[in-house]
Amino acid sequence: MNASITLIYDGSFNGFLTAVFVAFDEKINVADIQRNGQCQNGLFSDTETIFTHVEKAQRVWNGIKGKSHNAISNVYFAFLSEAEGVEMMLYTYIQKLMRTQTGKYLDYSDSTVLHISQLARKVGREKHRMEAFVRFQLTKDNIYFANIEPDFDVLPLISKHFRDRYADQQWLIYDVKRKYGIYYNLDHVEMVSLNLREVHFNKVHKSDAFLSEEYDYQTLWNDYFKSTGIKSRINPKLHTQHVPKRYWKYLSEKKAS
Amino acid sequence: MGFDRIREKLNILADAAKYDVSCASSGSDRTNKTKGLGNASKMGICHSYTEDGRCISLLKILLTNHCIYDCAYCVTRKSNDVQRAAFKIQEVVDLTINFYRRNYIEGLFLSSGIFKNADYTMERLVAVAKKLREEENFNGYIHLKSIPGASDELMYEAGLYADRLSVNIEVPTVSGLKLLAPDKKHEDFTKPMLKVKNEIVRFQTERKIIKSTPKYAPAGQSTQMIVGASGETDKDIMYSATYYYKTYQMKRVYYSGYVPVADDARLPAIGSQVPMLRENRLYQTDWLLRFYGFAVNEILNKEYPNLDMDVDPKLSWALRNLHHFPVDVNTADKRLLARIPGIGMQSVEKIMKARKFRRLNWDHLKKIGVALNRAQYFMVCDSRHWERRDLDAEKIKGMILQTSSGKFRNQYSNQLSLFN
Ligand code: SF4
Repeated sequence: MNASITLIYDGSFNGFLTAVFVAFDEKINVADIQRNGQCQNGLFSDTETIFTHVEKAQRVWNGIKGKSHNAISNVYFAFLSEAEGVEMMLYTYIQKLMRTQTGKYLDYSDSTVLHISQLARKVGREKHRMEAFVRFQLTKDNIYFANIEPDFDVLPLISKHFRDRYADQQWLIYDVKRKYGIYYNLDHVEMVSLNLREVHFNKVHKSDAFLSEEYDYQTLWNDYFKSTGIKSRINPKLHTQHVPKRYWKYLSEKKAS
Repeated sequence: MGFDRIREKLNILADAAKYDVSCASSGSDRTNKTKGLGNASKMGICHSYTEDGRCISLLKILLTNHCIYDCAYCVTRKSNDVQRAAFKIQEVVDLTINFYRRNYIEGLFLSSGIFKNADYTMERLVAVAKKLREEENFNGYIHLKSIPGASDELMYEAGLYADRLSVNIEVPTVSGLKLLAPDKKHEDFTKPMLKVKNEIVRFQTERKIIKSTPKYAPAGQSTQMIVGASGETDKDIMYSATYYYKTYQMKRVYYSGYVPVADDARLPAIGSQVPMLRENRLYQTDWLLRFYGFAVNEILNKEYPNLDMDVDPKLSWALRNLHHFPVDVNTADKRLLARIPGIGMQSVEKIMKARKFRRLNWDHLKKIGVALNRAQYFMVCDSRHWERRDLDAEKIKGMILQTSSGKFRNQYSNQLSLFN
């Protein structure tokens, strides 16, 4: 058996898949897979830096997809959870998957398989939440702008939904936590990073980045939100179960007024 | 027109619309092919939740709350002393588009009080939908209320632009309707329903031959009944519901616990409790009829005109029909499995799959997600331990109530905790 090696990749999904490719191809005894800048245990194993290679990544992607469509989305979703140690778990998962005949009969009593599918489900839930909870504000440059702060890195997952739906308006969704955004320019979606002077959440203070009409619509929406509740049926527990408090900050209907 | 005036109108006309419980935005599959605005998500999205925990997915408003009728149960009735307002067609269009572009909503649910007459009102509702589709290139969800008594021509047009159409029958019995809405006729409600149903059927047949047949109300039609306003029994309600499902191919019937809005001797007084538990039991029954293969007269009949409040309708049926049990989960057919209390449709599917590989015991069933505290009295499995005592229904009910959590007994739980 070769000495074990820690693979260092650039943090991108393609980078991770390239690492998997290299590991398989060179029959490396993998100690760990870590993202660049996060390396911890160079002490006990050698490290090898992986250079992201789209074709290699593509081959791993196709290999997984060939086994099972469900598995490929599990792998991608779980990767975006950014959970600690998720890379190594995914590596084991992919190894197991490749050993199966068709990929269909993955054993859900296996702890890795179970864990990956649970992570994927959590990320999936966050994706749906963001599709629902994004609140655009119209800027003076005619861009519908939203800040989000999701638990997981879901921007790549929600891009298609917003592109399909808002095909005739420019929009930008910015992840405050991860400091990048996706911008739709009426033709395609691109990744952007911004130098935000202020984070626009639902505070009462009005920013001059937006038209005054924008604040009118927020007021109307807040009013609407208030008038839909039926007082004799009020149920705060059920309400926060559906709209967890950590999301309130960016919901204009939750603005203190 | 000024912002303040719009604001005032929105407050009045959203407030008057909130008693309509339907908020579904699902079941349509309008896509955004033309690079226009919006699409309808097959599953529907809840963008927020009201403080009573209901999904907000549509901008739900009345076009106007002026009304020539005087239905006792309705806030908009002509004799009620409330502020009146009316939106212009363009105002509704602008609100919808601007809310939609900000990702507040999935679309519009437009209803209205009846001003002048049915057709005059319906015409305006149709005009809003038409404008949204044709001028704004809007592909989001549109639910229009069919105004009782509206003409066939208008109902036809409505279906071309709307995803869903609904007429609320509100009062489940003809006698109740006479009492509470004396100037409305039963046929006024059913006529637009029939037209919509016929058009949907026509569309479905023509679609098979000519692919380009224009869509007609792709999310179907629905209706709503008020519960607890006219002294009706659960049997009255569910028999009506069954009739509407069958005759008009309703996608959904909604049940709405009456929220007292009037001091009227014919109705529960203001401040009376909203019958939320009863509403929940009716939804559970609805579910049993649509997905579990129950016939309505098995659950409600002359002998049992009302649902049990302390246990769900499936358990209640089982307790009255102990001679069907115990069921052997390893051999019973699907229909019978679905009748075991504590086993939901999901568990039924899982059991059918799992028992191909091995005979199932209590452990397996627990992992599958069966609520054993209820199921154990009604089934046997691959184990020597099962309920052998010859318990009577009252005994079993008592033991189950002891072990089940408070949520079924809590009058205020309006969460639709359907059986599992
Ligand atoms: S016709 Fe409709 S809006 Fe008018 S009072 Fe009757 S239920 Fe209310």
